[in-house]
Amino acid sequence: MRRTLAFFYRNRWLFSRRVMQLLIIAAFAMELPEGGYFAQGNLSSSTWFGIGLTDPYIWLQSLLAGAPLGKSALIGMLIVAGLYALFGGRIYCSWVCPINLLTDLSYWIRQKLHIKSNFTLSKNLRVAILLLSLLLSLLSGKLAWEMVNPITQFQRELMWGSMTGAMVLASIFLFDIFVTRRGWCSHLCPVGAFYSELGRYGRLRVKATQSGACNGCAECIKVCPEPHVLAPVVARKADLVTHGDCTRCGACLDQCSTGALAMSLNLKRAGSFKGIPVVSQD
Amino acid sequence: MADKISVAAEIEEPERRKVFRKVFRKLGAATVITVFGKAILDSRPAPAASVLRPPGALPEAEFNAACIRCGLCVEACPYDILHLASWSDPAPTGTPYFVARTDPCRMCTDIPCARACPTGALSPLLTDIKKADMGVAVLVGHETCLNYKGLTCSICVRVCPIIGEAISLKPVKNEVGLLQIPTVDSSKCTGCGTCEKHCVLSEAAIRVLPRELGLGVEGAQSVGRW
Ligand code: SF4
Ligand code: SF4
Ligand code: SF4
Ligand code: SF4
Ligand code: SF4
Repeated sequence: MRRTLAFFYRNRWLFSRRVMQLLIIAAFAMELPEGGYFAQGNLSSSTWFGIGLTDPYIWLQSLLAGAPLGKSALIGMLIVAGLYALFGGRIYCSWVCPINLLTDLSYWIRQKLHIKSNFTLSKNLRVAILLLSLLLSLLSGKLAWEMVNPITQFQRELMWGSMTGAMVLASIFLFDIFVTRRGWCSHLCPVGAFYSELGRYGRLRVKATQSGACNGCAECIKVCPEPHVLAPVVARKADLVTHGDCTRCGACLDQCSTGALAMSLNLKRAGSFKGIPVVSQD
Repeated sequence: MADKISVAAEIEEPERRKVFRKVFRKLGAATVITVFGKAILDSRPAPAASVLRPPGALPEAEFNAACIRCGLCVEACPYDILHLASWSDPAPTGTPYFVARTDPCRMCTDIPCARACPTGALSPLLTDIKKADMGVAVLVGHETCLNYKGLTCSICVRVCPIIGEAISLKPVKNEVGLLQIPTVDSSKCTGCGTCEKHCVLSEAAIRVLPRELGLGVEGAQSVGRW
């Protein structure tokens, strides 16, 4: 009994995330008893009990492609963008995006199989893909990323039951297992890159609780999908993870045995942050 | 601001890796330029729709820019006629379309699909479904259509929801005798697809096509102007 409890405690963030991710998928897929759905549409744009939400990245592509402004999409976009900007953009990656289930599974298998080979990619690649997709949208008048986007593809294939897009998902899955460690989400996906920029100043952050608690074991860095964000904290150059790349997945908190890390919401101005320079180590 | 320690600690890269890196960089650049070039070439002239769009859809180029592939229209349609295109479908990935022969638009008077669209890709200005322009019916099978053979099938005319306006029988006299030819008024036809759906032949003799494909577009072809 104590052991199961301890097990859950050591994976509390992981389990919360899984529950959240599955609930979101279920909300789109499950019918209400009296008909209708919790959520309609897909992650590009959806309606939750009459409230419309729209993905800001897709909206931006659409705008650049030259679309006229639709009012409900605009409002929906502002709600979503506002929330992510306030709390932290890549919360989307850890708590909402269904691809995360797939790539986390890849990573898990990779570790179980002890695959060490790693084709190094620059983390800036995704920013390049992001900029390229925006530029292409502007030039071609189409939503460049939406031609391939595996995220909405995932939902469509799942829900409309066609199987062509499963190919893309399978390649991401295999790529993450055999080619590059966390290859897709941490190096290639422009959606993650976009949310990273959007949530640069997000106020929900991983924080070092007291300076003494951390014993420098760097276990958190090992499990973090974006290790460079934690490096300054463990090296005591900063007391907060300030980098936009942090997905707020809480893996570091699950992992840390000393309780040196906490997730903290600080809505006050940046002033309360002591301004210790954070060296981004790419 | 370079971190002295980390710079010193940097291990020198083996020669082979450097070469690989160079090759990959070149490959990357080549891919990017190709993708670019192709996108620019593809983007003009603006292509006509190759599939039937839900009612109120903007002209194809604008529609492709405006539609964010959310599928809210698909879910709003009470008859489930709409689909989001998958990779293998003729429409750009993720955009909604319907196939007349399988399931035509029932022309709901309250147009739930267009009402559900958050982006205006299906125009909110369309309030009268009879003004919708999803496409246009064209009688293509002049040799197979039963009415052309002198019979009176006329199913396509009788099932039309705007019967008598969008499609009607026009008497035409020829060597066979007096024929009743189903004739489409392109200014009234909404392209709902009901006629194509119900054509009694195993492949429909009347087809509903996006307007540009069904009627052609005026203007000289560049080949003719050398
Ligand atoms: S990086 Fe992209 S695919 Fe990965 S979780 Fe974030 S949005 Fe999803
Ligand atoms: S710092 Fe912690 S919460 Fe942020 S991405 Fe890394 S492991 Fe997840
Ligand atoms: S008008 Fe009605 S039947 Fe036609 S696409 Fe819209 S919702 Fe479906
Ligand atoms: S509701 Fe509008 S934006 Fe969404 S898929 Fe349909 S046409 Fe596109
Ligand atoms: S239903 Fe088909 S065969 Fe009959 S009149 Fe119309 S086009 Fe001709």
